[in-house]
Amino acid sequence: MTAESITIRRLKEAFGSHIRETHAYRGDDTVVIDREALVNVATLLKQDADLEYSFLIDITAVDYLKTDKAPRFEVVYHFFSLPHKQRVRIKVPLAADDLEIDSLVPLWPGANWYEREVYDMFGVRFRGHPNLKRILLYEEFEGHPLRKDYPYNKRQPIVKPGGNI
Amino acid sequence: MGLGNLSIGGMITTRLDKAIGWAQKFSIFQYPFITACCGMEYMAVACSHYDIDRFGAGLPRFSPRQSDVLMVVGTISHKQAPILKKIYDQMCEPKWVVAFGVCTCTGGFYDNYATVQGIDTIIPVDVYIPGCPPRPETVLDGLIKLQKKIAGEAVAPANAGATSTSMDV
Amino acid sequence: MIVEKAIKTQPMVIQLGPSHPAMHGTIKIVVELDGEVVTRADVEIGYLHRAFEKHCEEGTYFQAIPYTDRLNYVSPMICNFGYGMGVEKLLGIQVTERCEFIRLIMSEISRVSDHLTSVGASAMELGAMTAFLYMIKAREFFWELIEAACGARVTVAFVRIGGVKADLPEGFGEKARRAISEVRQTLKEVDGLLTKNPIFTDRMQGVGAITTADAVSYGFTGPLLRACGVNYDVRKYQPYHVYDRLNFDVPTGSNGDNYDRYLVRMQEIEQSLRLIEQALAKIPPGPINVDLEGRVMAASEMTDRGKLGDTQGLTDYRAFLSPNLQGMEKSRYQLNNTTDKNVALPPKESVYTSIEGLMNHFKLVMLGHGIRPPQGEVYSAVEGANGEFGFYMVSDGSDRPYRVHVRAPCFPLMAALHRMIEGGMVADIVPTFGSINMIGGELDR
Ligand code: SF4
Repeated sequence: MTAESITIRRLKEAFGSHIRETHAYRGDDTVVIDREALVNVATLLKQDADLEYSFLIDITAVDYLKTDKAPRFEVVYHFFSLPHKQRVRIKVPLAADDLEIDSLVPLWPGANWYEREVYDMFGVRFRGHPNLKRILLYEEFEGHPLRKDYPYNKRQPIVKPGGNI
Repeated sequence: MGLGNLSIGGMITTRLDKAIGWAQKFSIFQYPFITACCGMEYMAVACSHYDIDRFGAGLPRFSPRQSDVLMVVGTISHKQAPILKKIYDQMCEPKWVVAFGVCTCTGGFYDNYATVQGIDTIIPVDVYIPGCPPRPETVLDGLIKLQKKIAGEAVAPANAGATSTSMDV
Repeated sequence: MIVEKAIKTQPMVIQLGPSHPAMHGTIKIVVELDGEVVTRADVEIGYLHRAFEKHCEEGTYFQAIPYTDRLNYVSPMICNFGYGMGVEKLLGIQVTERCEFIRLIMSEISRVSDHLTSVGASAMELGAMTAFLYMIKAREFFWELIEAACGARVTVAFVRIGGVKADLPEGFGEKARRAISEVRQTLKEVDGLLTKNPIFTDRMQGVGAITTADAVSYGFTGPLLRACGVNYDVRKYQPYHVYDRLNFDVPTGSNGDNYDRYLVRMQEIEQSLRLIEQALAKIPPGPINVDLEGRVMAASEMTDRGKLGDTQGLTDYRAFLSPNLQGMEKSRYQLNNTTDKNVALPPKESVYTSIEGLMNHFKLVMLGHGIRPPQGEVYSAVEGANGEFGFYMVSDGSDRPYRVHVRAPCFPLMAALHRMIEGGMVADIVPTFGSINMIGGELDR
């Protein structure tokens, strides 16, 4: 592996014990952190003069049920720094029985909808989110379709007009 | 329709049906219920190159109460289904429904938890236009089929019930 | 004085959509009005959720390609290439130079048709039907090019992992140049109709504005961010294809309002046309066909002759397969697809004529075989018509993607829609919404 990027080095210096793993597979800087550190890591990424990750590009999650990876879920954040032309991926593992993580809405208002989507599709709850409800699906929908144990063609009854839509 | 008392002699009603059918088929007021990719081809059909106006169907009406053909263009998801049903219910008789694109015909290749497997599970359909998306030529073909159907339909009460359940194509 | 006292307004809640005349695509906006001023807006999406991400997990890497067409269905080629590049990054393979050029040309053609549609539609929403008709007319010229290259108008499925479906057809360059001049002409007309038209400028200037800081914190990209004055463009910042070898500018605005978005889009069309012209001039040439001393015959003619029983000397000829619809010759194939046998489907010519080719094909398309990227995860982004179009992919080493997530450029834009319409007039909702150019397919996936 080539030399570590400045982002990974800076995060290691600041949060050594909370960093579980780092890699740069195919050139994508990736840092796996404990969920307690998420807000602090994000704040550092946003404010540090050498990093300046002002864009929260994306939030998503992965369900690792069908692999031997533990814990089962991972919430994935992508950040982009305009002045340094850098990207970084932050991953936070979450156990299936404790699907809660801090919301990033106070730092980036754009996180609002992304987090709602992750909640809708995976059932991850975001602490401190102002309006955590389904976004792509409807309230009557049961379950979280992107979990690996939800069959792709399991249909649910169509809501009658006048329902809560 | 208020034509009940006219239907004394067969002759008058058949003539009248013909005349009304002929007039109706060239004054299609469509409600485009556009949701997805098929809308792009719908735009193409409506604009200069293919010009749907040649068939008297150029004027979209965005109020269900003023329109007589419901064009369902694009995938209908479970979240969308109640809205489609509501709009169909709001339209006045006589009304026809065109399923535009394979998603509306059968669900297309979206065989999944979120997509309705064909709008005929919710509302009756008169003409199916397959294709993903259908080429403009296919759309025009479907439109001509619909016109034939409209022209051939009886307005007199004896047959009025048959309007929206039979299927063409 | 008396009149002012008499007219009192009460806050009123109304619902725009989900099926609304000016909403091309379905969303619902619940607005709270004070008179005609929007005090609060609540945007609801999800009406076109079609489980794209779930479908990707169900099929093989090839089978996801048609689904990517239907993400941004106004510029499907760009989504195609974004997906292809993502898988290629997972595999760590490089596509050929000619392929990069073809991808670039097709991306720019798609971008232009997207912008044409978007500008035309937002003009129509202000009542300028003429501009819409002109723009769609111009778009039709480009769609004919797309059709010539891949056989479909909208749902193209043009990308192959490690290449593209086919080489550009003969005479493409000439056709493209003609289409470009037609589009330029139309742009001039539309520019004359709109840019200085007081009705248009009054409705657009200062409407739907958002500050640069807000735009960044919501994660805006694409024309809307550039209208705020930030020149972020993936094509410049992290060049892919061969964008770094061609000249183009990134137009920016300054006010971040609807009018600047319109101007940015209009200028981007011109830049894209420039890019297409340069790429057409620079695309590396390649051998077109093996010359068998003139003994080449169109495949259709050969079958016709055979059917008529006119088989005399037919075996001396070789069937010429068109590069697009019937198959692809090896010589052309190797120009725009990788040589990696584990990834790219072999040329049709080999599949039909040699056992190796057939086996190679079989191994790639049969379930349980297919292409198998090593375990890992990547994020790869392209500049879509609405902004950064990213694919996050996880591979578990099998022949199916373990997870595919799309970072859709519309999503953050729609998340901030309420910020752009609150405080404005209710009549301005529609043009602002039009300026976002929401595409349901990529928004709801
Ligand atoms: S039929 Fe095809 S093009 Fe039409 S909406 Fe469905 S997926 Fe899109």
